[in-house]
Amino acid sequence: MDRVAIIGVGQSAFVRGYPGSIRELAFEGFKEALEDAKISVSDIGASIVCSAPEYDKQRSPSGVFAEYLGLTPQPTFYLESLCSSTSMGLRMAYSLVKSGLHDVVAVLGFQKMSEISSAESQERMGRGADIQWESPFGTMMPAYYAMFAKAHMEKYGTTLEDMALVRVKSATYGQVNEKALFRKPVALESFSDPEHFMSGPVSSPLRVGDCCANADGSSCLIVASEEKARSFSQKPVWILGLGAASASVNMSGRDIFTGLAVARQAGEQAYKMAGIEPKDVDVAEVHDCFTISEILAYEDLGFAEPGEGKDLIKGKETYREGSIPVNVDGGLLSKGHPIGATGGSQIRTIVLELRGEAGEMQVKDPKIGLVHNIGGVGLYGTVSILGRE
Amino acid sequence: MSKKKEIDDRFKRFGTVSFTSVTKVNDFIDQLDQGKVMGNRCVECGMVFFPPRADCYKCLASNMEWFEIKGTGKLVTYSKLKFAPVGFEDDLPYSIAVVDFGDCKIFGRIASDIPDEDVQIGMAMKTAANKLPSGQLNYVFTKA
Repeated sequence: MDRVAIIGVGQSAFVRGYPGSIRELAFEGFKEALEDAKISVSDIGASIVCSAPEYDKQRSPSGVFAEYLGLTPQPTFYLESLCSSTSMGLRMAYSLVKSGLHDVVAVLGFQKMSEISSAESQERMGRGADIQWESPFGTMMPAYYAMFAKAHMEKYGTTLEDMALVRVKSATYGQVNEKALFRKPVALESFSDPEHFMSGPVSSPLRVGDCCANADGSSCLIVASEEKARSFSQKPVWILGLGAASASVNMSGRDIFTGLAVARQAGEQAYKMAGIEPKDVDVAEVHDCFTISEILAYEDLGFAEPGEGKDLIKGKETYREGSIPVNVDGGLLSKGHPIGATGGSQIRTIVLELRGEAGEMQVKDPKIGLVHNIGGVGLYGTVSILGRE
Repeated sequence: MSKKKEIDDRFKRFGTVSFTSVTKVNDFIDQLDQGKVMGNRCVECGMVFFPPRADCYKCLASNMEWFEIKGTGKLVTYSKLKFAPVGFEDDLPYSIAVVDFGDCKIFGRIASDIPDEDVQIGMAMKTAANKLPSGQLNYVFTKA
């Protein structure tokens, strides 16, 4: 009786310009997770609030959320690892429960990015890189990932069309995810139409359609001990494996540009802990902040050999009916990417898939799911493997 | 009467917009001003660093010596930006890149006078100190 489960998941819709404050935004994901877990606030022993702090005026949001959500006087604290904050929160919740310090822990992810302009937001995101030695050159996230795309294209012959196919798949599922920001289909041809916004240049070789968008949103996970999970939940989803790694912030410290070392390392750890291999994964959520990121993830996680990620998307193997369905909720590209809420949303999707409750996004009878969540440009990486009974 | 303490904020001159002003490796800026791009090396254990740093994590010493980045490296990867963060709009378009010099890799910009069609992964490049019209300093990669 020492396993750890996720017994409740929730998220707000991911939107542009959320018409409320951050505490109200957090309430949306929290309410859904509590109703999902069928527990009350008093059942929660501690809360972990996850986001990237530079978007908020509020200093130390944990206290404000604890008050608004009725989580006082239980302990609450803040955790940050850029875009991977909530899955790092899951790692922390796991250890709090596994250690016996708490029976039930809430992981609250949120981000309200719309209060600042897109350019200001890019500048802040760029400052998630090395502000002393890189930011003075005028860096931004798409440009960093574009360097990985360029290196991958050069070494393996991955094409712009391969990357566009990732967006086309993403849009297929964005349309059926009621929480997603972008719910329209995307035609492959739009990438080759110079008049279409999808083909607009951002940072070569990446185009507008290759990039995810800022959004406002919240997510919440309820993590519980096996004993509590058994008493509260009909369908607990077990945490089977967790991996996490970090890498040099400055690109000058990186050995490879055709993959993310952190994803490979976190993946190996998670597979080992879960006692499974990549072929055992039935459904996955990967951090597709850019189209190339999803192709890198296929390879870093062992779904494809290095350089062969493009073949998975070309063969539709990562569609819902394929051999390894990936991002069948639309991913970051369609859902939008509210930094601190993203990991929780990815985990929510996998939990729903494993419970058979993913509706139109449902993959056939999955038993093991994987979540790959990256912070910064492969600065932080987490891989979480979940399973049902 | 106490004299107002002078703040060594030379690093504010680094790049189009610097987000750092005070650092123990401020001499990097003076050297850049003199046309030299410098890395540094731990005197105790010989570990080589770029970007330069004040402290060696390997032997925990803070005794570093400067060396000039010379010779040619190979272009590892790059990207040309068509959008820029706040404060960098006037520089557009510009390319960021990583060049491998063997002992160390360097992140920076590709010199703006190199035509796009001449930029190829694997090409030989040098690092050169560069003065911006604003008087700020950075370094760029030039054709070797």
